[in-house]
Amino acid sequence: MSLIEFETTFQDKVDQDIRIEPKDWMPDAYRKTLIRQISQHAHSEIVGMLPEANWITRAPTLRRKATLIAKVQDEAGHGLYLYSAAETLGITRDEMIGQLHSGKAKYSSIFNYPTLTWADMGAIGWLVDGAAIMNQVPLCRASYGPYARAMVRICKEESFHQRQGFEILLVLSRGSEEQRRMCQDSINRWWWPSVMMFGPSDDASPNSEQSMRWKIKRFSNDDLRQRFVDICAEQVKLLGMTLPDPDLKWNEERGHFDFGPIDWEEFRNVINGNGPCNKERLAARVKAHEDGAWVRDAALAHAQKRAAKEGQEAA
Amino acid sequence: MENNQNNQRVVAAGSGQTAGAGSDRSAWPLWEIFIRSKQGLDHKHIGSLHAADAAMAIENARDVYTRRMEGVSIWVVESKYVHASNPDEAASFYDPANDKVYRHPTFYDLPDELKHM
Repeated sequence: MSLIEFETTFQDKVDQDIRIEPKDWMPDAYRKTLIRQISQHAHSEIVGMLPEANWITRAPTLRRKATLIAKVQDEAGHGLYLYSAAETLGITRDEMIGQLHSGKAKYSSIFNYPTLTWADMGAIGWLVDGAAIMNQVPLCRASYGPYARAMVRICKEESFHQRQGFEILLVLSRGSEEQRRMCQDSINRWWWPSVMMFGPSDDASPNSEQSMRWKIKRFSNDDLRQRFVDICAEQVKLLGMTLPDPDLKWNEERGHFDFGPIDWEEFRNVINGNGPCNKERLAARVKAHEDGAWVRDAALAHAQKRAAKEGQEAA
Repeated sequence: MENNQNNQRVVAAGSGQTAGAGSDRSAWPLWEIFIRSKQGLDHKHIGSLHAADAAMAIENARDVYTRRMEGVSIWVVESKYVHASNPDEAASFYDPANDKVYRHPTFYDLPDELKHM
């Protein structure tokens, strides 16, 4: 078959919603796009543990602490599902980790914001995980099999993350004046970065069209963002709090909430390494990896030694 | 480790999980994980992970894939030992079954009055 025939067969399968599996022929650009997207997603799960780890030792009750540990452990698991999915495309784990640590690979810019108060654990669960779920649910039907299967598992687990976050805010919203202030303050700080999590608006997102054709992406950034705003604008009422957007208003004609302009300058700055915590996050990752090197080496040496011993006994 | 010294690509039956022909000798090998969700059901391929040896692969699989009681039994197989059919040859490979519809019960035309069959 010629290259064009391969490409036609491939696109036909995608159009018919037949999943692409690792050994199937795929265009190089499809493979590259997936490696970039899945590894960035994996990195986001791993770096995403850091802002929350900050509060594990200071969780207000044992119940909250157990929950937070479980959530952070889930994020590690999600990172692993995704790294494994990316590895099926022919990149090694070490290459991906190297790209993260050298700054070549990006991760979600939301994790470059600091977690200043306990209420941030609530706002992250509600808004950040909420936005992530909005993005991730359509990925359960992505054309690449291992990615879609990883996303199914992730989405199942994310639901508790969002609910525990909302519960944290709900308790604060019914608490003292100081707790209510803390709740509102954290919503104020996390709202816009969460809205930005859906990425650039459609007219500034050059790769979106191709990803839609490949069914890696099913909805446009702006469509998902609108859905997120509509849902949160209602949910915030249950907290008796407000979203920090003076332009947020129900538009009867559109059947959606209108919302104010997004500060894309801030978005680009954070993505390009100038967010409040970029350096700190990356340094923490690199340190954890380097400090753990002896454990990885020791485990490998132990396994090799035991295998050699078993080989001798068998001989 | 040997996993990455092999230049052949290895595919697991369940997912078609491919071990990349990587270069890093120090990396832990890749394992395919199969989980029985409850007694009476088959072990099912669930994913893969890296581990130094089988015991570690089982413990890691427990932590990664059964945090919510999704399993009662775990199998791990080093990915390099899994052999798989080639998707490029699927058309000819499965060809023998294509013209044998008479293997299905619905092939046989019988009167509606016939009961319990």
